[in-house]
Amino acid sequence: MTILSGDPPRGRRLQVLIVLIVLALALAPFLFPGAKALNTAAKTCVTILLVASYDVLLGYAGIVSFAHVMFFGVGAYGVGLALYGLGASWGAIAAGLVIAFAVSLALALAIGLLSLRVQSIFFAMVTLAVAYAFNVLASQLSWLTGGEDGRSFKVPTVLQPGFRWLDHPIFGVQANGKLITYYLVFAVVAVAFLVLLRVVNSPFGRVLQAIRENPFRAEALGYRTVFHRTLATCIAALGATLAGALSALWLRYVGPDTALSFSIMVDVLVIVVVGGMGSLYGAIVGAALFVFAESYLQDVMGALSRLAADARLPLLPALFHPDRWLLWLGLAFVLAVYFAPLGIVGALKPREAEAN
Amino acid sequence: MTALDVGAALPRRKVEIVPALTPVIVALIAAPLIGSFSTFLTLTAAGIAMGMMIFTMASGLTLVFGMMDVLNFGHGAFIALGAYVATLVLLPLASWSSADSVALNLAVFALAVVAAALVCGALGWVFERLIVKPVYGQHLRQILATIGGAIIAEQLLYALFGPDQIPLSLPKTLEGSFVFGEAAVEKYRVLATVVGLAVFAGEMLVLNRTKIGLLIRAGVENREMVEALGYRIDRLFVGVFMAGSALAGLGGAMMALYRGQTHATIGGEFLVLCFIVIIIGGLGSVGGSFVASILVALIANYAGFLAPKLALVSNILAMVVVLLWRPRGLYPVSGR
Repeated sequence: MTILSGDPPRGRRLQVLIVLIVLALALAPFLFPGAKALNTAAKTCVTILLVASYDVLLGYAGIVSFAHVMFFGVGAYGVGLALYGLGASWGAIAAGLVIAFAVSLALALAIGLLSLRVQSIFFAMVTLAVAYAFNVLASQLSWLTGGEDGRSFKVPTVLQPGFRWLDHPIFGVQANGKLITYYLVFAVVAVAFLVLLRVVNSPFGRVLQAIRENPFRAEALGYRTVFHRTLATCIAALGATLAGALSALWLRYVGPDTALSFSIMVDVLVIVVVGGMGSLYGAIVGAALFVFAESYLQDVMGALSRLAADARLPLLPALFHPDRWLLWLGLAFVLAVYFAPLGIVGALKPREAEAN
Repeated sequence: MTALDVGAALPRRKVEIVPALTPVIVALIAAPLIGSFSTFLTLTAAGIAMGMMIFTMASGLTLVFGMMDVLNFGHGAFIALGAYVATLVLLPLASWSSADSVALNLAVFALAVVAAALVCGALGWVFERLIVKPVYGQHLRQILATIGGAIIAEQLLYALFGPDQIPLSLPKTLEGSFVFGEAAVEKYRVLATVVGLAVFAGEMLVLNRTKIGLLIRAGVENREMVEALGYRIDRLFVGVFMAGSALAGLGGAMMALYRGQTHATIGGEFLVLCFIVIIIGGLGSVGGSFVASILVALIANYAGFLAPKLALVSNILAMVVVLLWRPRGLYPVSGR
């Protein structure tokens, strides 16, 4: 249990679900052959890290930030532009990561120190404004970032799809660079997730929860709330930066749509709340459910939309149009905020745990 | 009011003057840098008009926050809704818009913005009851619930009006500019300034000269005390929320006309600007948001002329500078 920092998922149903999801992700290339399935699995991994790091902020520290995707973008652009500018080498990835971490840390410190000392509600607004300005900057400074088109780049040879590690397939799957990249992403996400789990179960994590529950009391007990909140912001920012770097490596492309768009931020919020705030396992459940829904729910909606159109019902075809799936997610989001504040993880919790 | 006249003996709260002068200071600094006087005049007039439209939207947000401690992320949805309602009024009445009569043109403009304000006010009531009411007093869930409401509202707008931009043209006699020497000031900007000033004057009058305003200000200071005096403060809250939404709709309608197109993204874009403005102005302060709107719009215009790349982040820089100078905004509201 030490690897889970003494905080395993509670309740039999949740444990089964988590084990199933992790196994499915670990064996994805063998269980679900095909490029699209592997893409979905990699996206799920990256999303888990992005959402888990956001949960440290939202679920544990009770801080609403809209700049989380900005840090994701910093990571993606950092690695992407380094590979683009310095050529495909591991040195470039390292350099990009170091720069991205430094930029994220500086931004998180600046935002935190500027806005967390007054009122935490300030933070929500300031991060929204800063993230918006960052988006504009990234799309306008096209000499650096490639503007709206973004940048495509080459990754080191080992990670290129054309690279053959073994000549014969393992269990019917080609051991190519794509497979190696997938397992790189999976391993980094797994390690980072365990590190985050360690952080939230450390004394520091307990203080964060205390601040979330009652900031005045925490301060009266002698904890500097500004320091703790700012540190939480920095940790979350670093997690998001790492997720962004992995996403760039996987996609071999960075652009505003994949790395910075505000809709990613909305997705992250929805996943955290529906999956379960205040439990990192919520990130796993939520991300898996979300990516699954994104891939298949839209087909269902399209079918419903056509049905409604055939039946000549007013308005319903427009409401069920596949492009409107955010409408239904938003509805699920609001219902979760009202009726299931702990999300799916909370709903799957055993009864006796609630009594404690 | 007679029972409350005791308060007249209290010393009046001192109003600081320096924060109110910041837009003037910015203008004075920018003037020599710009050089040409006519360019300066055009930029300043455009900035003030833009500031007035932003103020109309932002004052609704700051009123709701000051009164109810609700940070409404759904405010942007009302801005967008206002734009669509104005479009719905203007498109069928195209003959009024294209008529060469100032009276008809102004009538159709007034009809559009009033309809936008009324519809947004009415839907503000629905939004308050459904989304905000269950989570009063819980900041985190409140933010999340209003974001959820904003997502749903935006998607509904897309479902109802389609994802494409709708072009919108100004009534005929409102097009073109007044020309003073070499400086040209668009007529619509003058109209927007007049409407914005009227909104500001109206808000100040209601807040400072009526009993309802007195109750609202008292509610901002101390909610329990007002309730203890026997006033149904939750009804007042709903009223303020409706007024805030109506102002968002009014501002959104004017902005859509100014831009000549309607699209749901206008909501998110101006929500961000509104946040910057109310942070600079001091959360909950109507006067502060008035000064801050003009300040932000002027800085954006001057920066756009002097250093176009800088203009993209000028709002954020202005916010940072103001917060370093006055950490709680230009006009902090007590108890916040």
